[in-house]
Amino acid sequence: MSQAVFDAPLPPIHPLWMRISHWLNAAAVLLLVASGWRIYDASPFLGFSIPAGLTLGGWLGGALQWHFAAMWLLVANGLFYLGMNIGTGRLARKFFPLTAAGVLRDALAALRGRLSHADPRHYNSVQRLAYLFVMLDLALIVLSGLVLWKSVQFALLRELLGGYEFARRIHFAGMAMLVAFIVVHLAMVALVPRSLLAMLGARGQEKSA
Amino acid sequence: MSFFKRPIATQVDADAVLIDARKLIEKRLSPSSRRHFLRGSLTLGGLSLLTGCALDGDADVEAALQRISRFNDGVQGLLFDPRQLAPTYSQDMITRPFPFNAYYGEDQVRVVEEAGYRLEVSGLVADKRRWTLAQLRAMAQQEQITRHICVEGWSAIGRWGGVPFGDFLRRVGADLGAKYVGFQCADDYHTSIDMATALHPQTLLALSYDGAPLPPKYGFPMKLRMPTKLGYKNPKHITALYVTNSFPGGYWEDQGYNWFGGS
Repeated sequence: MSQAVFDAPLPPIHPLWMRISHWLNAAAVLLLVASGWRIYDASPFLGFSIPAGLTLGGWLGGALQWHFAAMWLLVANGLFYLGMNIGTGRLARKFFPLTAAGVLRDALAALRGRLSHADPRHYNSVQRLAYLFVMLDLALIVLSGLVLWKSVQFALLRELLGGYEFARRIHFAGMAMLVAFIVVHLAMVALVPRSLLAMLGARGQEKSA
Repeated sequence: MSFFKRPIATQVDADAVLIDARKLIEKRLSPSSRRHFLRGSLTLGGLSLLTGCALDGDADVEAALQRISRFNDGVQGLLFDPRQLAPTYSQDMITRPFPFNAYYGEDQVRVVEEAGYRLEVSGLVADKRRWTLAQLRAMAQQEQITRHICVEGWSAIGRWGGVPFGDFLRRVGADLGAKYVGFQCADDYHTSIDMATALHPQTLLALSYDGAPLPPKYGFPMKLRMPTKLGYKNPKHITALYVTNSFPGGYWEDQGYNWFGGS
């Protein structure tokens, strides 16, 4: 991956590894959520079903196959993302410091439409909180998923998450929070399209096309 | 594309020139066509993902999913620790009524007569005698109150009693190094399990439910009860079992349910 170039254009806003892992994650999450909804429909415990048209897999067996295939992608990609993020120091650099006062200040500024998005390289406090939240939420979903998949083998984890049935509710609640994040995330991308360009590999101070 | 970016002046080789030429051409072609392609594939892809239509019907996709499912079987076999026990519960935690579940409705439950019943044992075993219920009941029994977990996600706690399957396999001189144990059932169901799970201390040839002979709806005269496996791996009304090294599959497994199907 030699980056040497003579005319030295500005570097991409986000490193390549981060963009790859973001889109792999998006694909894995889409497959997991859509197939997970079909699995939920096999035995809905909240008094409603997800419309079949929004689910993936066709029937329970097909949905489980998708779910068990995409989980490898999510876990492998998630470990890669975390490893690179921590290893390169990006996590510490981009997401911290994070203070309650900073979140409050940026949230109020955002509501007044005064939050600057001029530099996609910089995450404001609300973004930091949101992205850290979704990392932790995904970790919780994976851990509770492990309990559902291997409830006997992961006994300690099962007990920590309140037993099999409670882990099932955690898994569902984690999904709901993830979907809520995605809705807000996509709304923000629609409001600030250059963040999408940045994630597609757009370079530094270039005027967006 | 920075994967392919090379310092051209320092390294004039055919590949680099070709790559750069291609990039130049791509740049000229792309803006509108690439956007068009992206837009088309995003919406089409998104739609097919959401509806599951195009992806599900595709034979290649199904074959790939099936291969990943076999890979999952392998990983689960590696994760399986035969000393790890499923949690047990107290009497008052038993789910009442314990749910009925099968690939048919409860009004179609098979009723097997005790009088003519003989359990067939075949394959890689030394002793292929048939077993009556009385002979099975004469063996040392064990009880468990464990959680039954259905592939659909619900679970229920029940109380089963019977012969530890490992005891039975040793008694008939089964090849304990064989890979699989398969089951045939009076309700035309069939399934198979790995030998490690067959020998798990909580795997029972269950003859009783909640202190009484197994009622027909729970699999009279005998079912295999494994708290380490999902419900569909626990066959009811077993009439024959066999030990084998060739993959036997199963009723649901052949349709796509994961074969290992347990924890």
